[in-house]
Amino acid sequence: MKDAGHLLRIAALFGAGVLAFLGLRAYFVPHSFGQYGHYRGDAIAEIAALPIVHAGHQTCETCHTDIFEEKTKGKHAGVACEACHGPQAKHTTDLSIVPAKPDAAVLCAQCHGASGAKPKWFPQVDTKEHSGGLICTTCHRPHSPSLRGESK
Amino acid sequence: MSVTRRQFLTLTGAAAVAWEYLMADTPEQSPNYKMTDHWWGMLIDVTKCIGCGNCVRACAQENDVPEGFFRTWVEHYHVDDWHLENPVVESPDGGMHGFPVVAQGTGKDFFIPKMCNHCADSPCTQVCPVGATFTSPDGVVLVDEKYCLGCRYCIQACPYGCRFLHPTKHVAQKCTLCYHRITKGLTTACCEACPTGARQLVDLKNPKDPIHEFLRTHSVQVLKPHLATGAKAFYNGLDGSVR
Repeated sequence: MKDAGHLLRIAALFGAGVLAFLGLRAYFVPHSFGQYGHYRGDAIAEIAALPIVHAGHQTCETCHTDIFEEKTKGKHAGVACEACHGPQAKHTTDLSIVPAKPDAAVLCAQCHGASGAKPKWFPQVDTKEHSGGLICTTCHRPHSPSLRGESK
Repeated sequence: MSVTRRQFLTLTGAAAVAWEYLMADTPEQSPNYKMTDHWWGMLIDVTKCIGCGNCVRACAQENDVPEGFFRTWVEHYHVDDWHLENPVVESPDGGMHGFPVVAQGTGKDFFIPKMCNHCADSPCTQVCPVGATFTSPDGVVLVDEKYCLGCRYCIQACPYGCRFLHPTKHVAQKCTLCYHRITKGLTTACCEACPTGARQLVDLKNPKDPIHEFLRTHSVQVLKPHLATGAKAFYNGLDGSVR
């Protein structure tokens, strides 16, 4: 027992070291680290809280019922509003922000301009040959692209 | 030795308190969304892609993607006759503004939308030295921007080239599968903007998701299957020349 003194001192030193390590670790490692795995669990909630920019067609359809009705009857039924009109989440919360009208001269051709790389089933036209330079909306209704005057 | 035992017990107590403090759980933050009920992926139907670039634009706007970088992009493949191993691939501005017109009958041409494959066994998360990137419990590979050091290791590790270093934030960024949208019942921005339905967000844990029927009835492939990454971006109609 006469040699116990130095053992105790070393044990105390070791204990203090372990405590210091635990203390520092607790201070520096974020609370949620290890909650789901080897990462900060709070990061998931932070990413989920990022702002939404595209409102989603369900939101548009709650107000624009007339357009929705017209659209469901035509070939553009599966095309979501923001595919052509761009992101409009701001418009849904602030009605004073009025979305710009898409430029049909550019927009329509982006999808329907003929190209050998597009799948054959997809309706495509050589725009100049097809309309002779007229803008698509002269004859077609954009929300239901049959010819104007046709009932569909 | 009674003193040592007391010291030991004190230390054990202190260690237990510290451990409790370390492992303290915080409750799941969105009450209507249960992460364990979902396992997200994406279906990309190549036969429907028209190369309009809507997905690339929508992604950039939704996620504030810096100019010149892409979280999703579209590639135009040209395969000359039997030269499957040497396709000509172009992606001007990531296909954001569409593609130049291709003449008919000069070989085989098609568009391949690309994005993070949200691999179940992702190489990128395995190499992160600090635990800043991870696969969430619902199967989405995410980056913790507050924890990322910007060491670029994950960017090199991704076999699909889906990551980049943000030019001003100096952290790794990638597709989040619009995690801020899908956890609120919306689809991703790229799926929302796709006019032909070439992209479909899929929930593999939802037995009612049409993906299950689709996978049963179609020849579906993932990119680089030999790497066994557990990729969850499923391609329908994928040509053998696609890398």
